[in-house]
Amino acid sequence: MSVESDFKKEEFSKGKPDFIAVSESKAFKNLIAKRKKFILPLTVFFLVFYFMLPILTSYSTILNTPVIGDISWAWIFAFCQFIMTWVFCTVYVKKSASFDRQSDEIVENQLGGRHE
Amino acid sequence: MNATVVTLFLIIVIATLVITYYAAKKTQTTGDFYTAGGGLKGWQNGLAIAGDYLSAASFLGIAGAIALYGFDGFFYSIGFLIAYLVVMFLVAEPLRNLGKYTLADMINARFDAKKVRGIAALSTITIVIFYMIAQLVGAGALIQLLFDIDYWIAVLIVGVMMTIYVLFGGMTATSWVQIIKAVLLMIGTVIIAFMVLAKFNFNILGMFSEMKTVTSHGADYLNPGLKYNVPLDTISLMLALVLGTAGLPHILMRFFTVRNAKTARSSVVTATWVVGIFYVLTIFLGFGAAAFVGEELITAANPAGNMAAPLLAEALGGNFLMSFVSAVAFATILAVVAGLVLSGASAFAHDIYGQIIKKGKATDKQQMLAARYASLGVSVFSIIFALFAQTMNVAFLVSLAFCVAASANLPVILYTIYWKRFNTAGAITAMLFGLVSALVLVSISPNVFSPIEGAAIFVGEPIFPLTNPALISVPLGFLGGYIGTMLSKEVDLNHYAEVQVKANTGYRE
Repeated sequence: MSVESDFKKEEFSKGKPDFIAVSESKAFKNLIAKRKKFILPLTVFFLVFYFMLPILTSYSTILNTPVIGDISWAWIFAFCQFIMTWVFCTVYVKKSASFDRQSDEIVENQLGGRHE
Repeated sequence: MNATVVTLFLIIVIATLVITYYAAKKTQTTGDFYTAGGGLKGWQNGLAIAGDYLSAASFLGIAGAIALYGFDGFFYSIGFLIAYLVVMFLVAEPLRNLGKYTLADMINARFDAKKVRGIAALSTITIVIFYMIAQLVGAGALIQLLFDIDYWIAVLIVGVMMTIYVLFGGMTATSWVQIIKAVLLMIGTVIIAFMVLAKFNFNILGMFSEMKTVTSHGADYLNPGLKYNVPLDTISLMLALVLGTAGLPHILMRFFTVRNAKTARSSVVTATWVVGIFYVLTIFLGFGAAAFVGEELITAANPAGNMAAPLLAEALGGNFLMSFVSAVAFATILAVVAGLVLSGASAFAHDIYGQIIKKGKATDKQQMLAARYASLGVSVFSIIFALFAQTMNVAFLVSLAFCVAASANLPVILYTIYWKRFNTAGAITAMLFGLVSALVLVSISPNVFSPIEGAAIFVGEPIFPLTNPALISVPLGFLGGYIGTMLSKEVDLNHYAEVQVKANTGYRE
């Protein structure tokens, strides 16, 4: 744990904590970096995947090819978007549990433990 | 109108009034009023979010659109669902951690300027009013069809009911009406979907094959392009759908009703499952209506296809199921407009009165009073407007609401949370660029101007070709924020550090 050693809990009773110090602490930077590394690629992925459907249906007819019986690629594609939403949601919740632990530690160690 | 419909209708009215009575007892402070005291559980809020989302437009509108246009009707379902990923990944938790009652609270956590709050409140009010008039006009027309009563009586019934819920029961009543309705709606949808499947002998492949022959579109029914055949318009619509949700005030407000970011997260998960399953089932509703009711009857009842689901219920389950679906649709409308009133009132009473005029120094009693007056005002204003808008084509109001949400609210939300250099000037220009460009572009779009008389409000050539301007106005919102930020020298790293720490940890002073 990297706790700013010169941080005294008494400071919190007078006014605001030193947010700059917290935001520049190793623990916080680590949390932000991890979050970004997780959220950014997935967000880019789901947005690209999402817009591929209207782009492909608007500018081509390849999705009209039937795959299973009379169900065409367009329906399969759409259904995959549903699966993706549920999977990403679940993954996000799982991953967030570890972020929660990190952020709880930051609040406890650097912000005087007050946390909602 | 028959006895079953009247009975079910009355049960809904009485049940919701009982809820409001109990909720009123629990509504003592401003916090209770706006956010149910932040005491909703994750699953409760999740169901309420799903309820807010499954408006009459999605329940009746999407089922009808799939029935009439096959795959193209399904586009809405996809856009609305993926929108939850945007909410979950980018907005829900920081918003919960930074805000109190409104979107403006969250932006003001970083920029403590009256102008910023005022413009945020303005964009909220714009969205709420457009969305609400569309819902009320739609509701009036629908109730007129379902229960065979006059339009103005229908609007008044819905209007008075929503006012009672909000005025007395605040967010607690609104949420519980929403939760119960979401459950009823799911039950109704599952039953109908099951009956449709049974009619197709539980053979999904067989169902798809059969759908190629039952409509006038033939095999094209299963392919994209029946309704949305202008590529850029389709993409623009999809953009508004996926980004708009994360900027809709009545959805954003829901995140303040839970205890912390973790509960906000779990409520999105519940909502995503409920809404996702619902949208999968809309395929069965739509196909069923096309196969067992038929295009002619659907369009004869309502050209937009809004009656597809109730008619299907009648075809499959007779009078009782039809009455049940109609009653649920009625509850749906009530719950959604109540949520809208509340978010509109919060912008007036909390942002404009409480924070700008009273500078945050109003007592809780004054704030409560203001909140109730504002709710009453928003309700009365929308009812009057809706009474005069009966013959207006209101479809564009919904797309406008989504578009303003995506263009004016989302850029400023994302910049506030994630961009270090962002400043007060940028916040103002981001919101103004998004808001003004969405409004201007819609007012010169094919929704307002059409060469065919009666197809839009005015007769004439549209100056702007896209029905939904999101493709232009969303980038303009982001660009506005960037330009405004760069033109101003203000850089406040202290505030950003505070916002960043609070948004990521949930710390509060």
